[in-house]
Amino acid sequence: MSEKKQGMLIFEHSRTGRRAYAQAPLQVAATDGLPERFRRARRADLPELSELQVVRHYTRLSQKNFSIDTNFYPLGSCTMKYNPRACNSLAMLPGFLDRHPYAPDRFSQGFLGCMFELQEMLKEVTGMQAVSLTPMAGAQGEFAGVAMIRAHHVAQGDDARTEILVPDAAHGTNPATAIMCGYKVREIPTDKNGDVDMPALRAAVGPQTAGLMLTNPSTLGVFERKIKEIAAIVHDAGGLLYYDGANLNAILGKVRPGDMGFDVIHMNLHKTFSTPHGGGGPGSGAIGVGKRLQPYMPIPVVARQDDGYAWLSEKDLPQTIGRLSAFAGNAGVLLRAYIYMRMLGRDGMHRVADFSTLNANYVMKRLAEQGFDLAFPERRATHEFIVTLKRQAKQLDVTAMDFAKRLLDYDYHAPTTYFPLLVPECLLIEPTESEPKEELDGFIDAMLAILRESETDAAKVKGAPYTQPNRRFDEVKAARELDVKFATNA
Amino acid sequence: MSDIPAELKYTRSHEWVRDNGDGTVTVGITQHAQELLGDLVFVEPPEVGSSYAAAEACAVVESVKAASDVYTPVAGEIIEGNNALADAPEQVNQDAYGEGWLFKLKLANADDLGNLMDADSYTAQVEAEA
Repeated sequence: MSEKKQGMLIFEHSRTGRRAYAQAPLQVAATDGLPERFRRARRADLPELSELQVVRHYTRLSQKNFSIDTNFYPLGSCTMKYNPRACNSLAMLPGFLDRHPYAPDRFSQGFLGCMFELQEMLKEVTGMQAVSLTPMAGAQGEFAGVAMIRAHHVAQGDDARTEILVPDAAHGTNPATAIMCGYKVREIPTDKNGDVDMPALRAAVGPQTAGLMLTNPSTLGVFERKIKEIAAIVHDAGGLLYYDGANLNAILGKVRPGDMGFDVIHMNLHKTFSTPHGGGGPGSGAIGVGKRLQPYMPIPVVARQDDGYAWLSEKDLPQTIGRLSAFAGNAGVLLRAYIYMRMLGRDGMHRVADFSTLNANYVMKRLAEQGFDLAFPERRATHEFIVTLKRQAKQLDVTAMDFAKRLLDYDYHAPTTYFPLLVPECLLIEPTESEPKEELDGFIDAMLAILRESETDAAKVKGAPYTQPNRRFDEVKAARELDVKFATNA
Repeated sequence: MSDIPAELKYTRSHEWVRDNGDGTVTVGITQHAQELLGDLVFVEPPEVGSSYAAAEACAVVESVKAASDVYTPVAGEIIEGNNALADAPEQVNQDAYGEGWLFKLKLANADDLGNLMDADSYTAQVEAEA
């Protein structure tokens, strides 16, 4: 196909008067009742194409996707695992699709039953006392978590607690969440082995501490080893513990944040429980709480009562932090997560953690043997690990970004680059449990091949990619001179 | 080794400080810091008139790799921000100690400058991190 056709927008295919007649609406809506001032003076500028042209356009676009359905996708911190087709087909049963959110509970017993069981399973797997499914995404789950911590301190009449502690190996959203909830952020450094710096934590806690937000395993690809001690230090100071569950994949069915002493956790169901993600939404940031925070849960939550399942509202939870969305979270995402968990069962949950950590440790070990530097060579990988290309950047002038771009030519999606910020020239690699050994070996071979190319022909690596629909972007220009407008009638 | 002028003072978080001799200082990020960040695409200087304690986040620099806070090296009131950086953030990359300055601050306490690192100790820190 010509490069021009590849890059055309649907508006550029448009020709006046062309129609997809089979798709045209049978009736035109009457606008008689609409006041004159609300009516369009001329037709909307919609593209005019035949049905075949539309099919071709979108099929071409879909072929440009570099996705988990087509390629290995080791994007660290994102858990790009396979999304089983069964979850999609079952979540799209007509009874689920056609349900109106305002339908009375008695007509939604099937859906409510699924949501109740999902809450129960999430309680079981995290060791928390109660679960609310209503946050629409991870960031909102975090917000709900810290808002509940705040509500707790306010209810105790304790208004001296103005600070949230955030280790610098936490997800970047954690400090943003604390600020959104009106707290000051105090950063806790990481020691050289990737653990929370305990003396610094001890020195930071006090009567001003509202809580600690901990990402465990952390973004450094290591398990926090002194978790009980961390929990005791914060609790003894009167603070509460928030668990960022974004990396839950590594501990699923093995250890439970509730047993570690955490008061609240958010879970990215779209990651750990395998609903499609990566396109900007929709997600699901369900939260789990311990006894102390249970009264403040966001509503609605589902309860099982004598006459069936029902949504609980302000009447039942008068101290709730309130609603986070018009209805009750992203129902389609929640259903997919529910079906995924039912398909896995209790044993399957264990295997998720077993294989996601095994795959990461296998790739890490082999890359280290082949001459790559690990950020934390003494540590075992969680479900992900970090390679640092600092040495290659210095000696060969080939950066983490160059490696990432060149991997695309080898048909592998790039790992996460330049995150976490604590490690220079880093690649954060998360294979997930979905991949067979051959795929992992192929990725390792590609990394090695690029390392050899860097030594013999660095310019080739720096010019990548060569096989994708677009070549290397000028990221500085793209950020400084953002231009995403297409004028239809300029 | 990147350029670390002897006449400036430094912080552990990679800001440089120039004593203007009139109770004010000019602050920017070091050559080393801009090398770590890569090409800057956005700079948000602090608001003029606002007061900060030492080591408070007051400005933001964003590169193609990361967004990063800039901290006040010493306590004081912001008297000027480098507004030219809004249209030309690359000045920080091109001239970190000159045209790429970020803000000017009126010292709350002149003695605070004594708490900052000199060029030698900052050089030692950069070398230890390398």
